[in-house]
This record gives sequence, C-alpha cells and structure tokens, in this order.
Amino acid sequence: MRKFVNSRAESIKPSGIRKFFDIVSEMKDAISLGVGEPDFVTPWNIRNAAVKSIQRGYTQYTSNRGLLPLRENIERYMSERFGVSCPAEHTVVTVGASEGIDLALRAVCDIGDEILVPEPSYVSYYPGVQLAGGTPVAVKCVKENGFILTPERLEESITPRTKALILPYPNNPTGGIMTKEQLEAIIPVIEKHDLLVISDEIYAELTYGGTHVSIAALKGMRERTVLISGFSKAFAMTGWRIGFVNAPPEIDDAIFKIHQYVIMCAPTASQYAALEGLKESFSDGFSAVESMRDEYNKRRRFMVDFFNSVGMSCFEPRGAFYVFPSVEELGVTGEQFANSLLRAEKVAVVPGDAFGEAGKYHVRCSYATSMANLDEATSRIAKYVKNLH
Amino acid sequence: MKKLETDILKILEEDCRYTPAKIAVMLDKTEEEVCAAIEGLEARGVIVKYTAIVNGERLSDETVQALIEVKVTPQKTNGFDAIAEEIYRFEEVKSCYLMSGGYDLAVFIEGKSLRDVARFVTERLSTLDDVLSTATHFILKKYKIEGTIADKNDVNNMRLSVQP
Repeated sequence: MRKFVNSRAESIKPSGIRKFFDIVSEMKDAISLGVGEPDFVTPWNIRNAAVKSIQRGYTQYTSNRGLLPLRENIERYMSERFGVSCPAEHTVVTVGASEGIDLALRAVCDIGDEILVPEPSYVSYYPGVQLAGGTPVAVKCVKENGFILTPERLEESITPRTKALILPYPNNPTGGIMTKEQLEAIIPVIEKHDLLVISDEIYAELTYGGTHVSIAALKGMRERTVLISGFSKAFAMTGWRIGFVNAPPEIDDAIFKIHQYVIMCAPTASQYAALEGLKESFSDGFSAVESMRDEYNKRRRFMVDFFNSVGMSCFEPRGAFYVFPSVEELGVTGEQFANSLLRAEKVAVVPGDAFGEAGKYHVRCSYATSMANLDEATSRIAKYVKNLH
Repeated sequence: MKKLETDILKILEEDCRYTPAKIAVMLDKTEEEVCAAIEGLEARGVIVKYTAIVNGERLSDETVQALIEVKVTPQKTNGFDAIAEEIYRFEEVKSCYLMSGGYDLAVFIEGKSLRDVARFVTERLSTLDDVLSTATHFILKKYKIEGTIADKNDVNNMRLSVQP
C-alpha cells in the first residue's frame, strides 16, 4: 500500500508531555504537579445553567459565531476587565481557546510564512503553525528577565518571511507575564516589520499583583491583533471546551469561514454555561474568579519560596498557575530531573524542554492542586534534592 | 474581621499543622505578624481548639453517636443559656447548639452502645425539669465531617495527571 499519512501530520512531534503521562498514570501514590487545569470544579451556578439549558431543550446548533448574548457579554467583559474592544460581530465562540489558536494560524499562514513563537511556551503553537503550512521560528526567552519577549530578541528573529508573532502571556509553562511597559517596548518592532500578533490570553484572569495587560489595548495594536481567550482557566471550565477569538475584520472573515465549515458552532450547553459565568460575575464583581485567584496566590508563594530554599532558583511567576524552577545548579537537565524524581519519590513534574529547547534546564510544576498535595510533594522533592548533593 | 485573620483561619481550618512560618510565606506576611494574629484569635476565643477530625467508623472499638433534638422551656431571666449549660456539662455531650425551627437544642452525644445512649436520654436528659421532649436520631454513617469528605478514596480522579 502507499503511504496515506499527510507529510505535515507525520512530521510533527508527539507532545513531550504525553510520554510522561503514560508513566505517571500507571504509578500508584504518585503526586502529580503536571496538571495544567484548575483543581476547582466549575462553580455551581454555571453547571446549573448548562443543566437548565439542556432540560429546556436548547440542544440545537447555535449560530455559527455563537449565541449573540454570549458574544455581547464577551464584548462587555473584555472592555470592562481589560480595556480591549472586542465587537460581538467579530467574535467567534470556539471549542476552547485551542480552536482559536488553530483558526488564527490557518487563517493567516501561507506556505513558508514564518511565525515567531516565544519559547518556552505552550506545546500546541509549534505543531499548529506546521499543520497550517507555516514555519515556526523559536524566539528564546530567558529566565534572567522573567521569560519576557524583549525588543532585541524579537528584532533578531525577524526575517523578510516573518508574518506573525504569537504572544503567549501570561505564560504556560513559565508563569511569566508582560507588563504594559514591556509590551510597549516591542510594539515599534512589530510595527516596523508590519507583523500580526496572535495573542493567547487564556490565563488573563490569573495574574498576581497587577492586572493583565492585553497588547490589543495598546495604541495602534487592536487592528493588528488576533485575540484568543476563553473560560477554561478563569472559570475552571476546561472540560466544557469553550473559548473565543476576536480578530480584525479581514482576518475575522477568514477565521469565521474555517470555523463555519469545520466546527459549525461551539457546544450549545457550554455556551449557556459560559454566558451564566459572565453574567453572574458582572453582578457579584467576579467573586468566584477572585477567590480562586487568592487560593492560587497562596500556593504560588509557597512554591516559589520552597524552590528557592532548596537551591532550585525560581523566578517569581506573576501569572497562570505554574512555577518553572531551574535545575541547572543541580547539574542535570529538566528531563533527567523529572525522570529520576518520579522514580525516586513519585512526584511528577514536566520537563521544561517539552515547551521548547529554552526550557531544557527547567521543570514545570503546576500548583493547581491542593495545599496538602503541594506540602507532600515539596517534602519529597526536598528529600530528593538533598540526596543529590 | 481583618483580612489577614480570615486568611489565616482558612488555612488553619484546612490543616492546623501549618506553622506560622509557612503561613507567612503563603500570605506574604512576616512570621511575627502571623504569630500575633493567631495569638489574637486564640485570646478572643475565635480559635477554640486545635484538634483532629476522627472518623469513628474506621476505629475497631465501636461507639454510638446520636443527635438528640431537645425541646425545652426557656427561662425568663436567661433564656436558653441555663438549661443549655445543664446539658452541655454532661460529659457524653460532644456538641450542643441552639437552633431555630422545630426544636430548641441540637445535642450530639457519644456512647459505647445503644443502651448507653438510651440510658443517658431517659435517665439524665429527659428528667431535667425544663426539658419538654426529646427525639433521638442515631447516626448511621458520616459522609462528610467538618467540610472534609470522610471516604479517603473519594478524590476526584477525573483529572488526568499530566496535561499541557
């Protein structure tokens, strides 16, 4: 038989996380700091709204773009929380932010277009660009400046074929964020080279000690930014698969066409759930979000303090729910550390190189798990590190 | 109550073994500030006691626990407090609350056997002058105790252990 598999699909690498997962899932008593989703259950009112929508028989497709009241509430949400204009007519409600990333890349990439991907970052960007026919180009970020994208690093990564920049802040896996000043510093480079920004802001609600700044809120950037976000992290709704993408009109047209043909619409019950999440949050000042963030913040401080105290230098992450300590001082790579820690002490952390070469000497630890688990995991890690010396 | 105090209480209610040093890290305060706040909470009787939550079902020596609904005649001068005190002074009584609704006092007691509990109710509780009536409910199984699910195996195992 001839080879049926598409060469692009064949060429993409399987996720480095997956490999690790198989080992962990068979291990008893393992504590996992490898989880990339909130450990909270979706707030009850949101779950209830979905149940009600099903009971009432709202089981048909919605409009392709998604329920208008949901898109209007997203518009209000983005404007009130982050000062970004997200007109409902240019919003597409997606199957998680993941679909938004895929749509944006497919709408933008032509064969050979270079798309800049700051590293370390979320595992899907690279294959996403490749599947869309583009060429991903890593922009290595370093811990010394909190894994932000600097104008210098950006400038030197640009070639005449560079078309767009993925901006993944607050960042998975580093927890790094970019402040308004840091974003303003890269804007001249973006404008000079006429780049599009694909801003993945799924962790926007999870920042500590300052509100998230969207690049789309900064002068001149709205018309060159595709903004992707969703409900998974802020409202603990990962399993609902519900997010959104808002793009400038021309790109939105392309995004909408792809979504229309490939997905039809995001799951109806999930849309009603998301709508409830927003409405309730407007009426109670986002109390569910605030209380989750407070809880994460406690754990975040606990984890940063812990890693620095055992000699694994850990810059202070100001976003998401990950810490990204370095294992360089221990003389091992992240992968070696993660493997032997798992075998010796049954604690799962994710090797940093799963998120790109720039993470080689780091491991990602998620603190989206109970304090009791973190307490136990950190004691085990402390024991392991002590034995290394 | 100050935010620091409510934050500390939340942590201690989760696990009272956290040291002030660890709590200080979590809340971005100094150890001294946390110690002072805890001492204040103790002095004011907000923190009553540090204790362990025991699931008696897991113990081999069986005990019997019951909730007794007690209706009483309130007294003119001190309302329910005097009769409540008479009741909560009994060693068998583990908890005693004044309730709104169909009865007045909710009394949780623990005894070695059914007979033990029955004797307490008939001989000691019902014979008090101000007790009008009692209704005894034996506790059959505890699913959740003080905010904690009793079954150790009942963790939400739906989450995958490693994800992007």
